[in-house]
Amino acid sequence: MSKFGNTLFFENPPVIASFASVCGSKEKQGAIGAFADVALDDDMYGESTYEKAECKMLTKAISVAIEKGGFEERDIDVLISGDLLNQIISAGFAARDYPFPFLGVYSACSTMSESIMLAAMMASSGHISRAIAATGSHFASAERQYRYPLELGCTRPPQSQWTVTGAGATLISSAGDGVKITCATMGRVCDYGVTDVNNMGAAMAPVSAIITP
Amino acid sequence: MTGKTSENYNVNYLRYVKTQDPPTKHFKNCLAAFGVGGLICCIGQFIRYLLEYAGLSGDELAGSTSVILIFLGCLLTGFGVYDRIGRYAGAGSIVPITGFANSVTSPAIEFKTEGWIYGMAAKMFTVAGAIIVFGVCSGVIVGIIYYFL
Repeated sequence: MSKFGNTLFFENPPVIASFASVCGSKEKQGAIGAFADVALDDDMYGESTYEKAECKMLTKAISVAIEKGGFEERDIDVLISGDLLNQIISAGFAARDYPFPFLGVYSACSTMSESIMLAAMMASSGHISRAIAATGSHFASAERQYRYPLELGCTRPPQSQWTVTGAGATLISSAGDGVKITCATMGRVCDYGVTDVNNMGAAMAPVSAIITP
Repeated sequence: MTGKTSENYNVNYLRYVKTQDPPTKHFKNCLAAFGVGGLICCIGQFIRYLLEYAGLSGDELAGSTSVILIFLGCLLTGFGVYDRIGRYAGAGSIVPITGFANSVTSPAIEFKTEGWIYGMAAKMFTVAGAIIVFGVCSGVIVGIIYYFL
């Protein structure tokens, strides 16, 4: 493994052996709905709370990713996962159902890319042979965590963005067929002083422009 | 180049972000707020006339009207209707007393999943707490001024 700037280059590029995604009802109506493995009509996913639904979506994504790749749970060496809630509870509770170890990560919207990068580093260095990088979020639980209760009659400004209801999992293997991960760039924190809680995109965009490759 | 040390960079970027935001339709919003807010007030006045007809007067009349409006606000929040009205009406449904009822009821419903005591009861005033604190404080200050006048 070599490093140039903030970018890591993998000498033995790991591959994405399998992947799976679960999406909510609003996402199902959009363009990505047709590509999701599981598209839900019910955002509660048959659970009593949004947090439980988020956890269940994450569990489903992980299970489908393992199944689609033709693997079994004992083939997986580690799960790297995170979500948006306090103490990354969704990921923690999802990991409870599996026999493999769990590494929790939190980096808000870049949780997925961070977990993929960490999994790729571990697979490339030869410490593990297969890892799952997964993350999940739920609009309703994120709204409650960061903004206002859903039933509060407040207006959303036109530029406001929605947190996705869904979960995704990728199975990263040190060998095999699939898309190769050849390099990964570590991001830095970049604060341009956007204070609008509804405009998440504007707060996150600058880092992609000034990022050092 | 990031953070609060480079004020100029931030100002330029924030100005750019503002130009990219879709414009808020102020005229339409004002009209909707005026219509819905006015309608809520009309309903309030209607209830007041009814109670007056039933024989109430003075503080009793004003109190009962507010209580009925608060109840209706809570009920509509529970049915999941009030947030839809709010999305359309904006300030029209936030400013009247029903909006205050909504701001207390909505966190109560939302946090019920965390338990009755630590969830519902403790988090009930997350939105309305600020209004209550500053309302009480300004009430005390005005009261003191009034006492010395």
